[in-house]
Amino acid sequence: MSQTDLEIVVDDPTAPEDDSPSVVSTGTIEIVVCLLLLALAITLGYDNWRTGASWDSTGPEPGYFPFYLSVILGGGSLYGLIAALLAHRAASATFVTRAQARRVMAVFVPTLLFCLAMQFLGLYVASFLLIAGFMRLVGKIALWKSLLTAFLFTAIMFVTFDIAFDVIMPKGPLEAALGR
Amino acid sequence: MEALGLLLHGFAVLLTWKTLVLMMVGLVLGIFVGVLPGLGGPNGVAILLPLTFTMDPTSAIVMLSCIYWGALFGGAITSILFNIPGEAWSVATTFDGYPMAQQGRAAEALTAAFTSSFIGSLVAVLLITFLAPMISSFALKFGPPEFFAVYLLTFCSFVGLGREARHKTVISMSLGLLLAGVGMDTVSGQLRMTFGSSELLRGINFLVAVIGLFGISEILLTMEERLALRGHAASISLRVVLGVWKDLPKYWVTLFRSSFIGCWLGITPGGAIAASFMGYNLAKRFSKDPESFGKGRIEGVFAPETAAHASGTSALLPMLALGIPGSGTAAILLGGLMVWGLNPGPLLFVEHKDFVWGLIASMYLGNVVGLVLVLTTVPVFASILRVPFAAVAPMIVVSCAIGAYAIQNAMFDIWLMLGFGVVGYVFKKIGIPLAPFTLALVLGNRAEDAFRLSMIGSGGDLKVFWSNGLVGSITTLAIVLLFWPLIDGLLARVGWTQRAKPAAG
Repeated sequence: MSQTDLEIVVDDPTAPEDDSPSVVSTGTIEIVVCLLLLALAITLGYDNWRTGASWDSTGPEPGYFPFYLSVILGGGSLYGLIAALLAHRAASATFVTRAQARRVMAVFVPTLLFCLAMQFLGLYVASFLLIAGFMRLVGKIALWKSLLTAFLFTAIMFVTFDIAFDVIMPKGPLEAALGR
Repeated sequence: MEALGLLLHGFAVLLTWKTLVLMMVGLVLGIFVGVLPGLGGPNGVAILLPLTFTMDPTSAIVMLSCIYWGALFGGAITSILFNIPGEAWSVATTFDGYPMAQQGRAAEALTAAFTSSFIGSLVAVLLITFLAPMISSFALKFGPPEFFAVYLLTFCSFVGLGREARHKTVISMSLGLLLAGVGMDTVSGQLRMTFGSSELLRGINFLVAVIGLFGISEILLTMEERLALRGHAASISLRVVLGVWKDLPKYWVTLFRSSFIGCWLGITPGGAIAASFMGYNLAKRFSKDPESFGKGRIEGVFAPETAAHASGTSALLPMLALGIPGSGTAAILLGGLMVWGLNPGPLLFVEHKDFVWGLIASMYLGNVVGLVLVLTTVPVFASILRVPFAAVAPMIVVSCAIGAYAIQNAMFDIWLMLGFGVVGYVFKKIGIPLAPFTLALVLGNRAEDAFRLSMIGSGGDLKVFWSNGLVGSITTLAIVLLFWPLIDGLLARVGWTQRAKPAAG
């Protein structure tokens, strides 16, 4: 019963450094997001106004409810924009540091590639590639471990969804060659 | 005592091998989800929802709700052993749980956490058993104006009582309501906001959005942090369990207080996170020696865990009785109900008695089975954390993709999921809350229908929302809550002047 009975230790070799410089401040992102939301509110508001945002003989037209919501969204983002612009003059918190951005991209880019690969190779092959590649390249885990884990996980998913529960996933040339 | 008879019938429905096995599977998956960083209750339920598409609704809801209980149990494991809260609502558990583990009392802390979770849920389930049928039979008298008023109340209380900047809550909510309206208009059949895209014709699926918002974005957020961890291993012996249970009666005030807070905050949209902190703080304030909190006091584990679970469970009460979810996870379960062709709301208690009482019975059984399961298998689950995140992250991505695709068999949904992942990541970082968005997205169409039906009924007169005592008081309450911060400020000012006068005189 000592204080040193730590039994589970996991290290993170590629952890982001704490002193990494800031890429962009939270205030800037807030301004960008508010501008985007404002643009969205105007687009949707216009579309709903075109559909009809007033009353006809049967009651409110289809665009009525969403039109006023677009107005609320627009108002909210305009308020947010002004608030962010005013606060921007003061020192602003870091949205993301360079090291963090690198790590986030290390997940986001493979995920994007995975979604692309899925269109052509089917879900299972793409999953195998994603897991094996990610473990090997980002996690620096031994190649055989990465390949084995990826294979086992993909196989379990295939058995669970395709065979046991009949949930059909997109498939590619490999499944076709195997006759499934 | 009609409820009791129906509940017994519910148990009879559940006690088959098939359901019990599903229950165990759900619990194990749920604990898994709760322990892993980057996955939590809402996304776990959302990702695993496709598994249940081919089941009958009762088995499906039993499995899903067990995933939810499992996630609630699992959050405590990492908080105590690793000082890493697996869920936001277990942050308060780390205050005293981790110091206890450092003192070699990990087993005791874990037993305390699981037991109090169980007690919290039990109190909330008892409340649901007796209150939900009453509320729903009352709500059967509701017409469209009453329903719209209740929806309005839900939305307004989020804006008025939320802790985030108010304009951010408004943005999040109006965006959710807008996106819910994309696609075919349910009343007139006209297309809205599709911009000629055939993919948008189907509308934006709620579950796809949730998987992106919570699953994908959580992975991105988790990667930003240092993922190294060191923790204590623990196995729980029967002697420790009995020892903690023997002391339970001493803490009945804490347990009772936390259960009450949890139930209250669960029904109103305050949520488990607020409940756990409030439970902890109140236990500390009412304690004889508040100094000893934070240094490994068992009450510091009892208080937040009881409150978090009572709140997490009672969030299902408004969902069952009125069709309005009290939490993000409840919102996803509600999405599930619609997928299985059930219409949530008061009619559920009349039209699908088997389903409702099966669900309520599964809350009792799931919690008992869950308690036994976590107490016996803690070492196994703690060692899951040995698996490096580089292996877990891509697996979660794959699970998210499977979940998103399976809902409508549409490749477009994969891209939508990815988009919502980015949106969720950015929103979380700039403090736009996601819970109002989720709620708005799932309730959007129903709220709009209720509004339009009441408008058609009244010929476009907004006075219909004050046409009788019931709907009038709900609407007024909603507006009071919306402007609560202003009213609160005014009241404080009046109070201040009243107190200042005698001082001046």
